[in-house]
Amino acid sequence: MRFRGRVWKLGDDVNTDLIISGRYKYDITDMKELSKHAFEDVRPELPSLVKPGDIIVAGRNFGCGSSREHAPRVIKALGVSVVVAESFARIFYRNAVNIGLPVVECRNITGFVEEGDIVSVDLEKGVIENETRGGLLRVRPMPRFILDILREGGIVNYVKRRGGLEVG
Amino acid sequence: MFDPSRVVLVIDHTGPSPSRSISNIHRKMREYARRWGCHFKDVGYGICHQILFEEFVEPWTVVVGADSHTCTHGALGAFATGMGSTDVAVAMAYGRTWLRVPESVRIELSGGLTWPVMSKDVILQVIGELGASGATYMALEFTGDGVENMTVSSRLTMTNMAIEAGGKTGLCPLDDRALSLLEELRGKRYKPLTPDPDAEYADELHVDLSEVEPMVAAPHEVDNVKPIEEVEGVEVDQVFIGSCTNGRVEDLEAAARILKGRRVADGVRMIVQPASRRVLREAVRRGLVETFLRAGAVVNPPGCGPCVGRHLGVLADGEVCISTQNRNFRGRMGNPNAEIYLASPATAAASALTGCITDPRGFVE
Repeated sequence: MRFRGRVWKLGDDVNTDLIISGRYKYDITDMKELSKHAFEDVRPELPSLVKPGDIIVAGRNFGCGSSREHAPRVIKALGVSVVVAESFARIFYRNAVNIGLPVVECRNITGFVEEGDIVSVDLEKGVIENETRGGLLRVRPMPRFILDILREGGIVNYVKRRGGLEVG
Repeated sequence: MFDPSRVVLVIDHTGPSPSRSISNIHRKMREYARRWGCHFKDVGYGICHQILFEEFVEPWTVVVGADSHTCTHGALGAFATGMGSTDVAVAMAYGRTWLRVPESVRIELSGGLTWPVMSKDVILQVIGELGASGATYMALEFTGDGVENMTVSSRLTMTNMAIEAGGKTGLCPLDDRALSLLEELRGKRYKPLTPDPDAEYADELHVDLSEVEPMVAAPHEVDNVKPIEEVEGVEVDQVFIGSCTNGRVEDLEAAARILKGRRVADGVRMIVQPASRRVLREAVRRGLVETFLRAGAVVNPPGCGPCVGRHLGVLADGEVCISTQNRNFRGRMGNPNAEIYLASPATAAASALTGCITDPRGFVE
C-alpha cells in the first residue's frame, strides 16, 4: 500500500477530544457530517482545507485519551490517506487499523517534513519520502497481519471474509 | 454473539437521555440487548466499570471493554483493557481478540496514606512522573505493602487511571483483602495472583505513601500534575465528585467527612454523582446523601454525568471546575473555553467549601 499527498502538521499529545469532541459524537451520527467538527478545538479550519489523499503528520502520543472510534473515523471521513506520527496511543492505533485507516509510527517525522510538503508513504517497504525537500526515512515495515486488515479496509471485512479471527 | 452470558451492555454515558438523537442510540442498545439476550443495564444503574466490579469481573480472566477506563479491573486480578467499539464487536462475535503482551512498569508503594491524602493523589503523582505517554502500551503494576494497606476501592482508583499514562492496563496483586471482597461479591474463593519473583520490568518507580501530599492535575493535560501548594487559591465555579475514578462509597464518604456540618461556598455549584445505584443506596443508608444535600450540593443519578461533557453539569465559558474524574482535556466537560483541575474527593470537597482550590489538610480535626 502506497500513499502520496500533501502534509498537514499537528503537535504532540493530540488527544481524542481534540480530534473530535465528545460534545458532538452523540448528536451527529453521520461520519461525513461529524468530520466537519474534526480538530475544532485545535485547528478548526482543517476540515475545510483537507483534500482526499492528504497526509496528517503529528508528534508524540497521537490519539491519546478515550477509546472513541469516532476519532480515526472522522479522520478517514475527511479523506486523509495515512497518519504518520512520532508515536501513537495504543487504543487509537488499534482503532485506526480496525476501521482501515493506515497509521505509521516514525520517530523523526516532525523534523523531516513541513506543512504543505508532498510526501509519499510505502507501508510494505517501510519507506517515507519527502518529495518537496528530498530525503528518505525508513520505518519498520508493518506486520503482515496489520497490512492484511488494512487491505481489507478494516477488521469487519477481514473477519467476514475469513469467518473468524485467527492470529499468527 | 459467542456467549451472551459474558457480554454486558450498560447505558452509562448520558443517561437519562438529554436529547432525541441520544435517545435513539439508547433505544438501539435496548433492542440489541433484547435480541441477543446479553446482560443489559439501563440508565441510572451505574457506570459500566463500577457495575463490572460489583457484579461481573472474575480474576484470571481477560476483560475487554469499549471504554478506555476498562483498565480499572486490573485491581481485581483480571487482564482488562479498553478498545474501540469494532474491536469489542469482534470479541463479542468470536470470543477472541488479538493482544501484544505488554511490558510492565513496576510502581512499588510502601507504607500507608495519612487522611486526607487519598489514592487519587498517589496516581496523580505517578502520572506526573511517568508523563501522559510514559507507559504507552505497558502494564502499570502496583506492588508492595502500600497496596496491601489500601482498600480495593482505593486500588481501583489507581488502576482506572493507568490509561492516562498511556498504559494498556493497571494491575494489583490479588491479596487476602481483594480475595475476601471478591468472595463476598461472587460467593467464590479465587486463587491469589502475585507478580513472578523473576519478573522483568521496563521501568520502576517507588512511592513512599507517607510522603504523598494532595496533588492536582492542572489544565489541560492529566500529567500536568502539581502539589496542591502551587494551585491553592485558584477560584472554582463547579466541583464534581463522582466518575469511575472516584464515585464509590469510600470517595463519597471522604467528601462527606469534610463537608459534614458545613456549607458549599456561595456561587459554587457542587455536584455529587454516585458511580452506581448500589453506591447511591449505601450512601443514603450511611447518611452521606443527607450531608451533601444539607451542604447545598446537587446529587445526580448514577452514571458518568458531566465527565462526558454532554449534560448534568456542562461548564460555561471561562469557568473553572475541580473534579475527581480522570481526564481534564480541553473541552472534556463540554466547553473548550473552560478549565478542569483533577483532584481527590477530599481536595474537591474542601475546595467546594472555600470556593477556591484548597488543601483538605486544613479541614482535618
